[in-house]
Order: sequence, then C-alpha cells, then structure tokens
Amino acid sequence: MGLFVPALNGMAEMDGSMMASETMASGAETLLRALVAQGVDVIFGYPGGAVLPIYDALFQQDAIRHVLVRHEQAAVHAAEGYARSTGRVGVVLVTSGPGATNAVTGLVDALMDSIPLVCLTGQVPTHLIGNDAFQEADTTGITRQATKHNYLVKQSADLARVVHEAFHVARTGRPGPVLVDLPKDILINPAPYAEPSAAPHASYRPRTTPDPARIAQAVALLKRSERPIVYTGGGVINAGPEAAKLLLEFVRLTGFPCTSTLMGLGAYPASDPQFLGMLGMHGTYEANMVMHDTDVMLNMGARFDDRVTGRLNAFSPGSKKIHADIDPSSINKSVTVDCAIIGDAAETLRALITAWKQDTTPQNRDALAKWWQQIDFWRSKNSLRYTQSRDAGSVIKPQYAIEQLYKATRGRETFVTTEVGQHQMWAAQYFRFDKPNHWLTSGGLGTMGYGLPAAMGVQVAHPDALVIDIAGEASILMNIQEMGTLAQYRLPVKIFILNNQYMGMVRQWQELLHGNRYSESYSAALPDFVKLAESFHAVGLRAETVDDLDRVIAEMLAVDRPVIADICVDQKENVYPMIPSGAAHNEMLLGPEHKAESGGYTGNSVTDEGMVLI
Amino acid sequence: MRSATISVLVENESGVLARVIGLFSGRGYNIDSLTVAPVERDQRQSRITIVTSGTEMVIEQIKAQLGRLVPVYRVLDLSREGPHLARELALIKVVGSGEARQEALRLAEAFRARVIDASTESFVFELTGASDKLDAFLDLMRPLGLAEVSRTGVAAIARGRSTIT
Ligand SMILES: Cc1ncc(C[n+]2csc(CCOP(=O)(O)OP(=O)(O)O)c2C)c(N)n1
Ligand SMILES: [Mg+2]
Repeated sequence: MGLFVPALNGMAEMDGSMMASETMASGAETLLRALVAQGVDVIFGYPGGAVLPIYDALFQQDAIRHVLVRHEQAAVHAAEGYARSTGRVGVVLVTSGPGATNAVTGLVDALMDSIPLVCLTGQVPTHLIGNDAFQEADTTGITRQATKHNYLVKQSADLARVVHEAFHVARTGRPGPVLVDLPKDILINPAPYAEPSAAPHASYRPRTTPDPARIAQAVALLKRSERPIVYTGGGVINAGPEAAKLLLEFVRLTGFPCTSTLMGLGAYPASDPQFLGMLGMHGTYEANMVMHDTDVMLNMGARFDDRVTGRLNAFSPGSKKIHADIDPSSINKSVTVDCAIIGDAAETLRALITAWKQDTTPQNRDALAKWWQQIDFWRSKNSLRYTQSRDAGSVIKPQYAIEQLYKATRGRETFVTTEVGQHQMWAAQYFRFDKPNHWLTSGGLGTMGYGLPAAMGVQVAHPDALVIDIAGEASILMNIQEMGTLAQYRLPVKIFILNNQYMGMVRQWQELLHGNRYSESYSAALPDFVKLAESFHAVGLRAETVDDLDRVIAEMLAVDRPVIADICVDQKENVYPMIPSGAAHNEMLLGPEHKAESGGYTGNSVTDEGMVLI
Repeated sequence: MRSATISVLVENESGVLARVIGLFSGRGYNIDSLTVAPVERDQRQSRITIVTSGTEMVIEQIKAQLGRLVPVYRVLDLSREGPHLARELALIKVVGSGEARQEALRLAEAFRARVIDASTESFVFELTGASDKLDAFLDLMRPLGLAEVSRTGVAAIARGRSTIT
C-alpha cells in the first residue's frame, strides 16, 4: 500500500557488505536484508533452479546461517522445532515445483499446531507462470488451505513489504505458517528495500486483549465453583513463557486442579501436585473423570479437539464452560460454551489473576477440599500402572524405557520430540515436562516423520542442550535421510527408538477394533539400526533386554554425537488408559493391570459409531 | 437451520475469492449464492455477498472463519444486523409462440420484468428483486417455454444509515 521507503532512501542506510553501493540491490539481496531485519539467524532449506539467486546471495553474506536438509518436508519440521523451542519464527527456503510440494505436509502440520513459520518458495519467472513451465507448480493455489496466509510476489516494489508482512502474520494472533512465493525474475531484478511498517495492517488485526466484562463473568463462575478444572492447551505455550508463569500463579492462587492437552504439556509443571496429567484419549483416569464431573471448566488455549472430548454429547455434561482462545473461530466450534474470552493467553491469565484478587466473593473452600478428595481417590487407581519384570533377560516394557530415560536426563536441559504412534503417547504419559517449549510433537496432524527433523531444528537453536527424538521404528524411516544433516552439522541428536516391530498404534486399533487382523501393520524387513547409524557417521546402540537398558541410555547420553538407540520393547504392549472412539470420558478403558477392578478393562467395547471415527 | 446473508468486505487482491470459496468447500459449508465485485473507486476493496444456510452454530463458525482470513476487513451477517435489502437480477429466456407467448408477456408485466430482447419466437426478460420473487417468476415461466436463465446472485445492504465500514 505504498508504504515502502523509496529505493534511494533505503540505499543510503545499507551496510555495504551485502550489496553493491550504486546499483539497487537485487530481489534476493533485498529479501535477505528483510530477513535480517526480522531477526532471522538461520534458514532450513534445499536449493534448486528457481532459488539459485537466493543461494548466491546467501553465499556472499554471513548474517544468516543456512542448514541444508535432505528433504524439503524435513526443512519445514526443522523450522517448526526451531520455532517451538525458541518462540521465534522458523524460516524455510525451498525451490519451485517439487521443492514446494514436498514442503506441504510440514506446512499443514504447522497450521494444525499453530507454529509460526515463514516458508520461502521459488517460482518460475512471472512471464512463465501458468505455462506449465519446468518445475512450475501452482504453489499459492496448493498451499492456500495449508497456510495461515500466502503471497505471490508479482512486483519487485512489493517484495520487502510482503516479507515483513509475512513475519507479522506468522507470529501474531494465532500463529501459523505463511508462505511467500518468489518468481525468479523478482529475485534477480532490482528490488527496493523497505523497513517494516509500524502502521497497523489494513485488514488483519487480531485481538489480544480480553474483554474485562468476560473476565469478570469468568471469575464469578470460577469463584462459585465446587468442582473446578483448568484445562490448558498449546495456546499457553504459544503465548510464551510468561503465560506459563501466570498459569502456575493462577492455579496456585485458586487451588484448582489442572490438566493439559498433548500440545500443552510443559505449560504447567508436570511434577506439581495440582497437575493431573494429560487428558483425552490416552489421558489419565483422574484427568478424564474430572473433566466429566466438573461443574466449572476453564479452557485456556485449547480447542476441544476430538481426541480430548470423546463423544461430544457426553462431554462434560454438567459443567459451565469458559473458553479463552486467541482465535474467535475456536469458540463454539464443537462445544458450546457459556463464557468466551478472546485474547492472548498471557494477557487473559493476568486479567484473571487481577480480577480474582479483586472479587471479594469468598471461594467455596470446603467444596474444593471435597473435590480434591474425590480426585485423590481417582488418582489412587494409578491408571498408568504397568509391570516391568526385572528378571534377567526380560523384555523391556516401553513405559519403563521412557521412565528410565526420564530419570537419566534429570538435571540436564532436555528437549523431547516424538514421531507419531504409541511411543508418542508413552512419551507424553511417562516423561514429565516441567517447562514450556521443551516438548515438541505433531498433535493436530499426527505426522510420522516429524520427530527427527524437529529435533534437528531444536538442536540448531540450542547447541548445548540434550535433544531426544522418542521414535517408533516405522516413523523414524519416514525422514531417516536427515541422519545426513545431523552428521554434516554435528548435531548430537539422540534418537531413542521404541522398537516394537509393529506400527504399534495401528496394531493396537486392529486388536481392539478389527478382530486381531493385523493387516499390513508389521514392520517387516527393518534395517539394522545400529549399522544404519554407523553408516551415517553416528553411534548405534541396542538394548535387547531389561539388563541392557540403563547402560544403553547412559552411553547414549554420554556421547557428544548423534546416536540411534534401538530399544527392543514388548511387541504386544498397548497404550492405556484409552477412551475408545465414540465413548464418554467416564467410559474409559483401563489397562490389563486393572482387570480385576470394577470399571476396568473390558476388551472389545468399541461402539459401532466409534468404528467410523479415527 | 437458517439462511444467512453475509457481506464480506475484502482487500481486492488476487486469490481472495479462492480463499473464501476454499474455506466453504474445505469445511463443508453451503453456498446458496455468491456475488463479488469491487466497490471502491480505486478498486482496492471488493464486497462479497454470500447466501448460506446452516445451524446457528455453523453460521457463527462461518463468520469467525471468514474473519480470520488476512485480507478480510469486515464480516457482517445482514440477516442478523437488523433490516436489510437483498436483490438479485435475472436474465430469463422464454421460447414459444401463440397463447403461451402472450401469457408469458402478461405475467412479465405483472412482475415488472422488462423485455430486453425479442424475436418472433422468444423473449429475454430482465427481472430484479428478492430471490423468492425471481423463483416465483421462473416457476410461472416453466410451463410457458422457459429456455435459459442467468442469475447474478444476491447483492445486499443494510437499511438506514449504518454501513459495513
Ligand atoms: C505420515 C503418516 N502416515 C500414516 C500415519 C498413521 N499412523 C499413525 S501411528 C502409525 C504407526 C506408527 O508406528 P511406529 O512409528 O512404529 O510407532 P509405534 O506406534 O509402534 O510406537 C501409523 C501408520 C501417520 N500418523 N502419519
Ligand atoms: Mg513401532
């Protein structure tokens, strides 16, 4: 909108290192200048014809580091890992056509989990667009529903403004991936630079400050509650560490129990007694029973996802629901709520704390004490219980492997990523996260192959931290080529494979829903992961029985190189507790350990309606 | 279920209509009618009018989802914002002769449809009005030789002083 600074003004302030002094910078140089202005220090990318001008400009500067991945999908997940673990915008650079289409899975992954990214894609020159030119794809068309927003830069004068705007859109409001498609002529031709505009965007103005009236209404409901619950999600993580601090303050202030979605783990410290563990399909018994029986629920930055609610018409039937979310479209999408608060999670929590203190209504402490008694009873079921035999030669239980890993990592700055499947759920259940931004998993899309590249991105951002990808033997093969990236950049990521020789989550559903017909879910012809690690210049380790486990974990943590630890675990283990699709929270299945108890394991109790759900 | 007439003021940039339509198809919302054209002298803003139907919860979702699109300035549910006017234009070709032809012309006059083209065996009528008026006219023309219809979809605006901006 004509807000860019005229070219010559911009030129006067340029530092000579990046571009020639008399001529206007090329589009590629202007692009890099805009990236630097946005605070970008690293890009995850893969070159190709359409983006060669950018690679040429990258070669001639050293403000921005480029990490060369082995597949464009991995570049996006790596940028997600970088973004999620730092709170900054992750940046991806790929070429036109196949480069862009390979990135699509990562973009949808970031969209579903609200991860701020800017993905730069090359495009054929403007005059060839629409001609089925070599490596042309309709990238903005393909990614329209895969991004929060996307742009095709058709005029050099728009380039700098669009790049700045892309970062603004990616990181504000509900964060998400933004794609900028860059035709090759735009990259080559001169393009004027413009500083980021301070003026608000014409049409995009997300609301971050909550309505005080709604805050008062929420506090009134919460003060009068007898069986309250705070249910938190990824929105608290996205709002930054300040939001997590305020969450702790609020929960302590009120004395309420707190549960979290898969995406929200770490926002509230898992080792705190007021934390009930994860809720939902594989959540703890106490978290789900609380959700079912609560009278006032405060949803902070979660979205009533179907993995969390179970059967909708049986979801928390007697409760008043307060929903705080930055995205108005999350409100009343699947669950109708009584009090909607639109705003940033940190601002909302701050307002709730202030209003709670100002509201003179006394809290019903007796009712709350009774509620905690009930919760302690549910807790005493110990729904995550399992039995690990210590006899020599015993098979390793996957839950035990995670617990031992967790113990061995105490005291170290540890980030955990996962792939998708049973191992992901066990990681969520048995690894305890006390800080936000240290747990990275593909929640909304459930993308196998996410964990290794995401861990790569985390390690790039945190070179001295311990970064572990808790993986399955099937998922890890989806982006195994990234072992090459780990080697090239000496990223000492630890890949901890819970090798059950099955697509375990698929096998579990086939056992419970499809009469034990294990159709195509056996991981046949697996590679020797130890040799595979070695061929990629990494360390390979294997634990075959319980006797090996602690030694392998210790060795893995001791080396300052990438490691694949192949942990051979019980092939028949299932993830419990489980709310089968189509069931209510209070109809959850407990594991075989609880067979003897009432309300326990009932085997094939999935309803017909449940069958069609996934 | 109810019908909603939603006005959306958008930045007039390439792809904006695809974003709106993609949102409806991707999320399984109905589009009963859709119109779009620039409404500012400088062509910077366009107004999209969508007639849709769904449960109250779905219509609220549609509005929230539209509001989330980056180039969207404003979303207005005209059917909820007090009285509004909604008009559609149709070009209607009726082919026939004899008594049917005379009857078509008489009905067209009653509906204030204009004859904008005529041959010895056909008329093209131009009719403006609320969608149900157009529907009623088309029903009457069907037995009289209705051959072809082109409709614009609904353009809508609030009554009185209030505006979308
Ligand atoms: C890209 C992709 N394809 C398919 C699936 C469906 N899926 C979910 S879990 C799973 C099996 C994962 O197996 P593994 O990595 O061995 O993990 P496990 O469940 O055994 O721990 C599959 C195929 C998916 N989530 N992502
Ligand atoms: Mg497996």
